[in-house]
Amino acid sequence: MTSQNTPSTAPQNAVDDAMDTVGKPPSPFIETWNYFRKNRGAYVGLIVIAIILFVAAFATFIAPYDPILQDRTAFLKPPIWMEGADPRYILGTDAVGRDILSRLIHGAQLSVSIGVFVVIISMVTGIILGITAGYFRGWIEVGIMRLMDTMLALPSLIMAMAIVAILGPGLENAMLAIAIVQLPHYVRLSRASVVTELNKEYVIASQIAGAGHMRQMFINILPNCMAPLIVQGTLGISSAILDAAALGFLGLGAQPPLPEWGTMLAEAREFVGSAWWVITFPGLCILVTVLAFNLMGDGLRDALDPKMKR
Amino acid sequence: MSFLDTKPGVPLLESDDLVRHYDVNRGLGKPSATVKALDGVSFTLEAQKTLAVVGESGCGKSTLGRQLTLIEKPSAGQLKINGEAVGDLSDKDAKMFRRTVQMIFQNPYGSLNPRKKVGQILGEPVLLNMDHLGRKEREERVRDTMAKVGLRPEFYGRYPHMFSGGQRQRISIARALILEPKVIVADEPVSALDVSVQAQVLNLMMDLQEEMNVAYVFISHDLSVVRHIADDVMVMYLGRVAEKGPTEEIFAKPLHPYTRALLASAPKIDPAQRVKAEPLTGELPSPINPPSGCAFHKRCPFANEHCAQVRPELRMFEGREVACHRVEEIA
Repeated sequence: MTSQNTPSTAPQNAVDDAMDTVGKPPSPFIETWNYFRKNRGAYVGLIVIAIILFVAAFATFIAPYDPILQDRTAFLKPPIWMEGADPRYILGTDAVGRDILSRLIHGAQLSVSIGVFVVIISMVTGIILGITAGYFRGWIEVGIMRLMDTMLALPSLIMAMAIVAILGPGLENAMLAIAIVQLPHYVRLSRASVVTELNKEYVIASQIAGAGHMRQMFINILPNCMAPLIVQGTLGISSAILDAAALGFLGLGAQPPLPEWGTMLAEAREFVGSAWWVITFPGLCILVTVLAFNLMGDGLRDALDPKMKR
Repeated sequence: MSFLDTKPGVPLLESDDLVRHYDVNRGLGKPSATVKALDGVSFTLEAQKTLAVVGESGCGKSTLGRQLTLIEKPSAGQLKINGEAVGDLSDKDAKMFRRTVQMIFQNPYGSLNPRKKVGQILGEPVLLNMDHLGRKEREERVRDTMAKVGLRPEFYGRYPHMFSGGQRQRISIARALILEPKVIVADEPVSALDVSVQAQVLNLMMDLQEEMNVAYVFISHDLSVVRHIADDVMVMYLGRVAEKGPTEEIFAKPLHPYTRALLASAPKIDPAQRVKAEPLTGELPSPINPPSGCAFHKRCPFANEHCAQVRPELRMFEGREVACHRVEEIA
């Protein structure tokens, strides 16, 4: 019994502990990852996003059927756990006999690419405009920021509809419209970060070293402004997916027979009472995807914000 | 025109009546005001010497540093390096200027880009100003400079947040030295550091001065540090020079009432060393609306009517320059 607590084991542990704390500080990436992992919601969100990305990437291999293939022997078949189901269609079929599961899987591809492209377009443009405004100040700033304020004053969906109405309905135009609508967020965020960074001495030090405007803006300052922009980007993906679904539902986004989730909702409107599965599953997909991106965005914000760190 | 050629009999750095005014907007409807942060400052700095600029917060010493490094353009007055006036610089001349004047900053935490490695931070001035150097030579130069300031070679690939304040300030010094400038403007380089580390950094700066023939403009409010490092002292009050002279003489016998008060306010352990004068009371007046006559007259125990009306100019007295009407009576 006494051998458990021999005096030699205790100091050994103490030495191990001491060695542990002396180690060099973790890299910023590892540190962020450790904080991120502690947030359970964000972790679940990340896993769900990973699954969605996987499904989207290998849609053609995973989906049992072609998303626009119509089976004239199976209209509005319910999911397999219900009476009268067709065992070939796990989540049932829609009004023209297309497999809902296959359409959802291909829809993931569309939604993810909508989210990613919209965020890339508006983030790149927004960062360039925001940094220019924050770095040069003066009338350039006034011009850019007042334009962005005007855009923010309009309800986002109405503005997106107006842009699509001008450009004509279609998935590409809807994406462009959503990118324009999201632009002010990135501009404001990057301008605010640049203004804060501009007052720090390292910027002046580089100026004395002879760094030109381009080098100052994009090589010295921008990397220090990325944390809030990354968070806004993740959250932006979910709102882009949501807006694209809304435009699709209104008939201004993806056009049938593209299996876009919002468009699927619109097509299924008349069956809300009679065939619930046609409208429920696309809606659930939108919900889960948007929720996952929001959870991950929140987790990233907490992990990247130094004030939230314990 | 070349800043790099030294000419005999011509001071390395010469500031001729340097003025910097800022226009401040005081809100809608009110007329904008002018802050006279720097109101006619002249001095010369010889090669390898250290000029300390001292004064309270807000007296314009940091503004002076910003003019000397051309972060801002002076509103009036002229800056000369080796006798050549620094005005609107072409790209080529600007490069030459940067190789002549560099700067060390106060805050070792803010002055290093947190997303850059030490090697990149130190390499930037070389990359931008010595384009004839290749990648290898650049790295070699960075490593040489790191060795000079006592940074270990393995620090090359580390980020600033892995270092202590003293080590960061060494990095900052290395960045200023890497172009081998003739003048380094040091804006309170040790005031953010522990006293023990302060001594190390000061000694390093003095060693490097000898090794690399560099002159310092040492901006500080810490008089014990100034006494340790400076050859000459320039006391500033509200954007103007109050007193200017050799360090030992000024510390032994301060003439201007403001210098006396400044020295008196510095704590001393040895009673014999204490300067007999009242410590300063009251606040520094606003530079938007400076007092008439001598800017110091409202806080000066010796002030009279004349001081309140006529602004004193710098004049020679007992081997140094003092801006005080009553210096003969006080001394």
